[in-house]
Amino acid sequence: MMNRWPVVKRLLPLLAGMALLLSACGREDLSALNPQGPVAQEQLGIMKLSITIMVLVVVVVFAIAIYVLFRFRRKPGDQTIPKQVEGNHKLEIIWTVIPLILLVILGVPTIQSVFGLAQDYSKDENAIQIKVTAHQYWWEFEYPDHGITTAQEMIIPTNAVISIEAQSADVIHSFWIPSLAGKIDTNPGGNVNNMYFEATKPGVYLGKCAELCGPSHAYMDFKVKAVDDASFERWVTAMKEPATLPEDAAIAETFTSQCLTCHAIGDKGLQGLYPNLTGMGSREAVAGFLLNTDDPKYKNEGSVYDNLVRWIKDPEAVKPGNQMPKVDLSDEEIEAIAKYLSEQKLDY
Amino acid sequence: MAHAHAVKRYSGLMDWLTTVDHKKIGILYLIAGGFFFLIGGLEAILIRIQLWQPLNDFISETTYNELLTMHGTTMIFLAAMPILFALMNAIVPLQIGARDVAFPFLNALGFWTFFFGGLLLNISWFVGSVPDAGWTSYLPLASPTYSDGHGVDFYVIGLQIAGIGTLIGGINFLVTIINMRAPGMSFMRMPMFTWAIFITSALILFAFPALTVGLAALMFDRLFAANFFEVGNGGNAVLWEHIFWIFGHPEVYILILPAFGVISEVISTFSRKRLFGYSSMVFATVLIGFLGFMVWAHHMFTTGLGPVANALFSIATMLIAVPTGIKIFNWLFTMWGGSIRFTAANLFGIGFIPTFVMGGVTGVMLAAAPADYQYHDSYFVVAHFHYVIVGGLVLGIFAGLHYWWPKMFGRMLNEGLGKLTFWTFYIGFHLTFFVQHFLGLLGMPRRIYTYQDNLGFNNMNLISTIGAILMGVGTIIFLVNIVVTAMRPKDAPNDPWEDGRTLEWTISSPAPEYNFAQTPLVRGYDAYWKEKMDGNSGMTPAEPIGPIHMPSPSILPLFMSIGLFIAGFGFMFSNYIIGAVGLLVTFGCMFLRSIIDDHGFHIEPEELEDKGVKA
Amino acid sequence: MSAHSHIDGQLPHEPEKATLEGRNKVLGFWLFLGGETVLFGTLFAAFLALRDQVGEGNPTANELFQLPIVAIATFILLTSSLTSVFAIQALHRNHVKPMIVWLIVTVALGAGFLGLEIYEFYHYVHEGHGFTTSAFSSSFYTLVGFHGAHVAFGVAWISILIAQTLRKGLNLVTAPKLYVAGLYWHFIDVVWVFIFTVVYLMGKVG
Repeated sequence: MMNRWPVVKRLLPLLAGMALLLSACGREDLSALNPQGPVAQEQLGIMKLSITIMVLVVVVVFAIAIYVLFRFRRKPGDQTIPKQVEGNHKLEIIWTVIPLILLVILGVPTIQSVFGLAQDYSKDENAIQIKVTAHQYWWEFEYPDHGITTAQEMIIPTNAVISIEAQSADVIHSFWIPSLAGKIDTNPGGNVNNMYFEATKPGVYLGKCAELCGPSHAYMDFKVKAVDDASFERWVTAMKEPATLPEDAAIAETFTSQCLTCHAIGDKGLQGLYPNLTGMGSREAVAGFLLNTDDPKYKNEGSVYDNLVRWIKDPEAVKPGNQMPKVDLSDEEIEAIAKYLSEQKLDY
Repeated sequence: MAHAHAVKRYSGLMDWLTTVDHKKIGILYLIAGGFFFLIGGLEAILIRIQLWQPLNDFISETTYNELLTMHGTTMIFLAAMPILFALMNAIVPLQIGARDVAFPFLNALGFWTFFFGGLLLNISWFVGSVPDAGWTSYLPLASPTYSDGHGVDFYVIGLQIAGIGTLIGGINFLVTIINMRAPGMSFMRMPMFTWAIFITSALILFAFPALTVGLAALMFDRLFAANFFEVGNGGNAVLWEHIFWIFGHPEVYILILPAFGVISEVISTFSRKRLFGYSSMVFATVLIGFLGFMVWAHHMFTTGLGPVANALFSIATMLIAVPTGIKIFNWLFTMWGGSIRFTAANLFGIGFIPTFVMGGVTGVMLAAAPADYQYHDSYFVVAHFHYVIVGGLVLGIFAGLHYWWPKMFGRMLNEGLGKLTFWTFYIGFHLTFFVQHFLGLLGMPRRIYTYQDNLGFNNMNLISTIGAILMGVGTIIFLVNIVVTAMRPKDAPNDPWEDGRTLEWTISSPAPEYNFAQTPLVRGYDAYWKEKMDGNSGMTPAEPIGPIHMPSPSILPLFMSIGLFIAGFGFMFSNYIIGAVGLLVTFGCMFLRSIIDDHGFHIEPEELEDKGVKA
Repeated sequence: MSAHSHIDGQLPHEPEKATLEGRNKVLGFWLFLGGETVLFGTLFAAFLALRDQVGEGNPTANELFQLPIVAIATFILLTSSLTSVFAIQALHRNHVKPMIVWLIVTVALGAGFLGLEIYEFYHYVHEGHGFTTSAFSSSFYTLVGFHGAHVAFGVAWISILIAQTLRKGLNLVTAPKLYVAGLYWHFIDVVWVFIFTVVYLMGKVG
């Protein structure tokens, strides 16, 4: 039993080594270890530096520990009294000074990076300004310079600085896109936080709420979709186009009276309080957590239409504690509205 | 003046309800803390079962938030701290050669307020309104607007009552250690465990009042519509974060320093060697305690405090690595050249070192603010603090319990079962938490009820759940060990490990009611070891045999705590009559305590002969 | 067991520190006051963070506070601190009767202070400055109210000690109690000086 023990300890640094190898892994759209933009890249750089220093420390400690545990085991029946050592000034100074040096090596780039990442792009004309407002349990993205507001899906141009102004409409949430940038809390009461990030490649990046915000905290996902400049311009234009209501007049009437009293679509409906529905059909997910796909494999996946039907039928079952009520609609009405919404695709 | 026969002495249950004996109070802390540890552990297992596969719905979202809140709160306030209080009550007076703590009555009061505070918190499960805003209870989530029902009220009032007990304990041990040391026991001759408790008590004294204010403010917000954290009326949600962490970070050191102390004792004893660099150990402990108050905002790097604050708190946090490193190397060099015996207690002690080092290095990684923007509130943080708290504190507690069990109960724990506990718990621990570092880096936020499939989280979550169950098995083996041991005769000798170095090993196991028939004269660090090396069979007494003054047992601490318990419920449900009745009971007991002089009683020398000193 | 049974010389010079219990009590109480300092420090911090959050239409600190009445309260409390010093000096000289008299004066002044504070709060509430009005008002009442509760507790406590001393006399058990009550009284006095400065004077200026 005693011999097995150092084996475990030898395994641990190996695992730590594997960890570094693993760092190339993880999903490209989700992992902090697989950065897709300069901010996440810089943060990974600090991580790598600190891991390297720390692995060094761990290796030294483990090596001494393993040596000691083998070398100084008590033999059965051994009654000798080891020399009682009070201490050793030279050694003690060494293991005080070396950590201090290591900390300076880590501390200097840390401070540089803290100030670098705190750079304010909110007045920068070349940066895309986006106001992020977190709600229980959805994300509102307002583009003040473009005069548009959307929900759940942030569309950004690649290779542009995205300057974020984050706040909350209710409780504290935290805005996190692991593969693009670390998180920033969204505080209530007009306490606005700034951050920025940039995506170098087009793609869809997964965003998460990282601060416990209620029962549906786990479902408060969002997406960041990075597209080229031309697409972005097309998207902005498409977002501003006037909305067409459902063709069926009865459904249009129901949609207006039951949905647009809270939601907005294009220029219609109640603007700026609840999730904007413009372009629902081309979004990646419904309600953040029901993923849209034509090839559903898991129980949170389905076609846009199926997800919409599921969501409208019983919002509480999908996201407990959210504010969307179970609207009094017949199955036919729900299906018609879902169909209409799933066809609201933006061309960009 | 005082007459032995004038004091009624109780037996059976009444003895335990009225005891002011630090050793019995230690056992009460152990039982109550152990009970809450099992509850918190069960909550952890339920959390892990929910997370073992993606999109699981073993429990509901709301229940999950309740479990994670109660797991954290219970483990920190009702399990870890009380078990530490158990060890410090059982051992510190013995280590400094004292007959009791400075305030035996307050000691009992501290226990009972903790117990009833914890009880109140856990009654929430039966009322069906459980705290669900996390153990940090960030506002506005915990405000009346977003958390209606009484859940957070239980948190606020339960912790407030339990916190009183902790604060009392802290003051008690500070005074005990300053005033009650045996002759010759200078500060720099105190055992390392006593030093750790000394600093811990100071941290409690200066950290807990901040929590008291925070909880009071939150209580006023919730019960009396105050506006401390109501942003709509000018309140400030970030203020809560500051107050909570000004308390919360020292709290981390309140938890870990006693474990450092235990490890120092265990490793030194089982290496048969003096603690390496004792004075630098003391210095490091003091420094950690001091720095512990300067780093709270590293829990708030993403709150938006600005680059200056983030940079300062980054550096301050990193500095803590230096004294901690000193400790690690001192332990390693205590073993260097020693004669290491692998008892169950020492396995936990040695197992602590690499585990804690890993928790420590991730701590330094977290201190680098830009990287923390990624780690913060992800499973990386979950892994880090479990490495520190479970891998540090809980292993330390297990080491201490195996080591001091004979001194507390007069029986040696079974070594085989002890080693089995170690291996199952240790392997289970690393399985559970090692992979969580990577889960966090791969993008899994903490406190989430479930996760989507195909994100790369599945296998590691499964491993983590298996590990958690293995930890549960380890705990059960420990319980079996306790039962098996309790059925054996009470035959532990004074110095059961044969290499005991400190004063507690000079007296019988368990210690007699009065601890030391004659106060010992301390002639150096590791007082007992010094006598052994000088060829003496025991300590030189510092006083002649004489009557020993003992404090009287009292039921008042129990009633005072019940009064607070009742008052808590009264205020929670806005029934101010019941609230007033509860407070009246408490203040009435305080009044009685003030006007009735407690002369205590004396144990006469003749009684000593037939009671304790049978050797 | 009357107060007269202790004549000069029977009690040591500092009777509160003559026994281990007494020394423990005094040291423990000093430490307790250390914790109380953190408690009030946190309350001050909360007040400072929230004091500008008055809310629209509500009276500001400047409009609300009437310095004369607060100055009188301050004067009363400072005087009571002085009288408690006289009481402890009498204790050290083993003069029981003067000690009791000074303690009674202290308690009376404390009660007077409380009366003024209650009047003041009553007045503020009528001005539209209730506990729930704003973040400023909540933090104001909590800070000043915590202090007031401390004064009330001190008044009750010292009254009980007076009664005890009258019955049991000044001895090695009662002396430490009286001494720490004196410490307590100074402490709440010092806290008040800070409240007067930070809450009232700064409220008038800022």
